[in-house]
Amino acid sequence: MGDLFLDVRGIAKRFGENVVLVGVDLAVPRGSVVTVLGKSGTGKSVFLKCLAGIVRPDAGEIRFDGRPLNAGDAECRAEFRSRCSYLFQSNALLDSLTVLENVALPLESTTQIPNREIRERALEALRQLDLEKHWDRHPGQLSGGMQKRLALARAIVTRPELVLFDEPTAGLDPLRRNAVFQMIVKYQRQFGFTAVLVTHDLPEALVSSDQVALLDGGRMRFQGTPAQFNASDDPTVRSFRDSAGELRDTVAALRRGETIENRNDL
Amino acid sequence: MTRVLGKYTLRIVRELGDFGLFTSRSLAAAVGSRKLGRRVVRSIYEQGVRCVPVIMIVGLFTGLVLGLQGYYVLNKFGSSGLLGTLVSLTLVRELAPVLAALMLVGQAGSALAAELGIQRNSEQIDALETMGADVHAYLISPRLIAAVLVFPIQTAFFCLIGLLGGYLSGSVVLALQPGVYWSAVFHAVHPVDVRECMIKAAIFGLLTIAICAYNGFNAHRRTSASGARAVSASTTRAVVISSITVLAADYVITSFLV
Repeated sequence: MGDLFLDVRGIAKRFGENVVLVGVDLAVPRGSVVTVLGKSGTGKSVFLKCLAGIVRPDAGEIRFDGRPLNAGDAECRAEFRSRCSYLFQSNALLDSLTVLENVALPLESTTQIPNREIRERALEALRQLDLEKHWDRHPGQLSGGMQKRLALARAIVTRPELVLFDEPTAGLDPLRRNAVFQMIVKYQRQFGFTAVLVTHDLPEALVSSDQVALLDGGRMRFQGTPAQFNASDDPTVRSFRDSAGELRDTVAALRRGETIENRNDL
Repeated sequence: MTRVLGKYTLRIVRELGDFGLFTSRSLAAAVGSRKLGRRVVRSIYEQGVRCVPVIMIVGLFTGLVLGLQGYYVLNKFGSSGLLGTLVSLTLVRELAPVLAALMLVGQAGSALAAELGIQRNSEQIDALETMGADVHAYLISPRLIAAVLVFPIQTAFFCLIGLLGGYLSGSVVLALQPGVYWSAVFHAVHPVDVRECMIKAAIFGLLTIAICAYNGFNAHRRTSASGARAVSASTTRAVVISSITVLAADYVITSFLV
């Protein structure tokens, strides 16, 4: 699969009796956009948090740029953090800090560059995302879309090589959803980082990703290009892919007065 | 029964060890932390300046009540001239550090526990970790340093306003000569009493803020509640434990210093 930037093998995680991940594999080529799809509650965010080191996996191996990550090597983990950014589903902006301070924070934490340069780089990141004039506001004073852009500005300010996006379009309307995907692809092309997204927005993911993977039942059921995903005969892939058509058929049947059994896979 | 007792003992020991590590790690993280001074100043404002009004009010009423009660009791024995001694020693040796610490818990400690709990809940602390920031250096160290710096000053304010309260009760409302009151104050309080007061204040400040920070920071670890309820439970726990700790520590420190 070419030059693998991130190679994940057999990641497993359980919380008490709740088994979330059972041996998840994922191969992420350098400079690509890989989207992990899956229904709500299948452990996509837990998987991404395992990659970021926020959640410690029970088993499995993560290799980042050829080096193992989860060997308890603090130095290796620190290096990973300096080369990786994470965009949280909730944005996780520090509400006590201004917009500028939020963006400057990763630079203050991971670099020794002078404060003046940090400020310039933070302002540059804000300028690229059209947030420059809001630099002295607090995150709570921004709209949802602006907060998302601010979180992205904070994620790219350190010029990371890998950006992990946790449900970047959760709770957004279709227009803003498209805008966020456009933004991710635009900046991925501009800065050349490798991106791993988790989402359940299938049409947008298929258009904007180099590869898609499908997580279901704690395992990765599929990984391949969007074209391969569309052509796949795998029942899980088909069920996920054809869910819009299923809904159309179900609604039509209900309108005709037919009785439909409740689904138990919500 | 023995098993239950053992289980609780182990839990307490584990929690104490965890708390000790948390506090020592936070203090050690201050060394070489970037922009620490700015964050300490912000914490001084939150814990110090914001708490001054409530400390002044409580200090004033404590002094007023001490002056009133003390005057009537001492007057029965013809010793009302010792009111200044009673008020000053009671305040400096015991009441000022303890009551000011309880005010600190109620005002700054509870706010800190809730703030950290919400930051934990909204993944802000996770975000700091993924950014490579030392969360102890960023969130906890400045608060602990500010507590040690600012709390003795607040306690001194408490003492001064309390003495003024005693004067208002004894000399303005009642019949004690102001000169008698202030002379007794000056003769009763020795440098060793002030030193004891300041030592207690610094220890109480560190303990209360560390306990509140520990509980807020670990709000997600609560198994009995989650989300907003975990934040509320952690804040309550922080206030209760730090209040009890202040009283227990007061007894221990006093028994060593007296």
